Amino acid sequence: MSAPPSLVVEGLAFAYPDGHQALYGVDLTVGRGERVAVLGPNGAGKTTLVLHLNGILTGGRGRVEVAGLPVAKTNLAEIRRRVGIVFQDPDDQLFMPTVREDVAFGPVNLGLRGPELTDRIEEALALVGMAGYADRPPHHLSYGQRRRVAVATVLAMRPEILVLDEPSSNLDPASRRELADILLALPVTILMVTHDLPYALQLCPRAVILDDGVIVRDAPTYDLLCDDATMAAHRLELPFGFDPRTVARPTG
Amino acid sequence: MSGGHTHQLYVEHETLVHRLPPQCKLIAVLTFVIAVVSTPRSVVWPYAVYAGALAAVAVLARIPAPLILRRMVVEVPFVVFALLLPVISRGPRVDVLGVSMSESGLAAAGILLAKGTLGVVASILLAATTRPRDLLLGLQHLRMPQLLVQIMTFMFRYVEVVLAEMGRMRVARESRGFRARNLGQLRALAHSAGALFIRCFERGERVHLAMLSRGYSGRLPTLDGAQARSTDWAVAACLPAAAVLASAAAWFAVGR
Repeated sequence: MSAPPSLVVEGLAFAYPDGHQALYGVDLTVGRGERVAVLGPNGAGKTTLVLHLNGILTGGRGRVEVAGLPVAKTNLAEIRRRVGIVFQDPDDQLFMPTVREDVAFGPVNLGLRGPELTDRIEEALALVGMAGYADRPPHHLSYGQRRRVAVATVLAMRPEILVLDEPSSNLDPASRRELADILLALPVTILMVTHDLPYALQLCPRAVILDDGVIVRDAPTYDLLCDDATMAAHRLELPFGFDPRTVARPTG
Repeated sequence: MSGGHTHQLYVEHETLVHRLPPQCKLIAVLTFVIAVVSTPRSVVWPYAVYAGALAAVAVLARIPAPLILRRMVVEVPFVVFALLLPVISRGPRVDVLGVSMSESGLAAAGILLAKGTLGVVASILLAATTRPRDLLLGLQHLRMPQLLVQIMTFMFRYVEVVLAEMGRMRVARESRGFRARNLGQLRALAHSAGALFIRCFERGERVHLAMLSRGYSGRLPTLDGAQARSTDWAVAACLPAAAVLASAAAWFAVGR
């Protein structure tokens, strides 16, 4: 028997209260352990989609399921444990006075206390290579370190799926590579929203393009980036000098 | 706009005063200040006792006097007000260095200054021996309403973020030739203030989203619940006890 997919989104449509329709029926299934990039121009509905995954936004049509559990008012606590969202600005994500307390925030909300809580904190910080920083205040860390701690804050909840919003933004190349190494080593399903196409190619074997509130393409990342017509149709552009064909085709 | 490596007011040492639980220190300072402000008008000697008690704490905590003096600058606006009192008060007048001053105003100013200074020094000592974060924990132990503690926690976390944002806005303004020289330029500053407010408001919304995403349900978790032992309370009580005794003795002396 096989485990249910990490994420199932079916026919998801949503309009904001002001009438702006952001999603027009999104279908997306992400299997366990998959790493999938969500690509798309600004205003395509990427953030709206992310906020549906853990039930921050609800009330539209369609269905979202996380590892077999439907997103609904009655099981929001469990859904928010299963879906770990890492927001774009680590200063939004890290709001407690010290790193330790911030990483503890999620697990404490889940009811963890004592040695079990301490284990979770240490495990999560070790996974992102920040084990020695538990007692630092977040604003004394570098931007890259803060981003890694932000990842740890959701890893501490042992999520089914890690959702990253623009994980490489504002990172210098070294921090960017360090984060990639960390993400590649995590034994968890990853959904990554990004404009950084080389990063998507490096981290995610599969990519989908979200444009005008629907998934318009779903293919191996390598094939998508090499498909010039599709890329141009959805305002996706590779950085100057970057040609995916010169990169070794990823395996797996 | 540097963050510094420790908190700006905290002075790192390992002393008896530093180690006291924050809730004990908060209550001690509060009681001390109440004792000081309730000293009867006509006596002066209790102030020597108060100052001596604070000096003893400073020595114990190894906080150097120049540092305390430098930080007393926050008191300046208050001092200016106190210095005005003898000039603007009514009643019998005396000449001080050729300036006619009100006698009662002079006395009032002196007492006001003394009381204010003692309060400021007590707070400086508290801040120099207690990390802001521990102060919050102390307030929580003292049953300060959760909501207020949460608001202060966020203020402590985000004050540098907001200051940095303000600094960037200032640099951006000045990079385009702006210099605040006269009131006419208040408009641009007001716009900056408005923009800063909106940015903070939006950040607040994003932080709230991030909190909800990790299961926030109205309570911030607390980790280290260091309980104060009765010996801690006894040690912390020394400072206010001296002040309360002096104040009470003064009232007794005045009453007779």
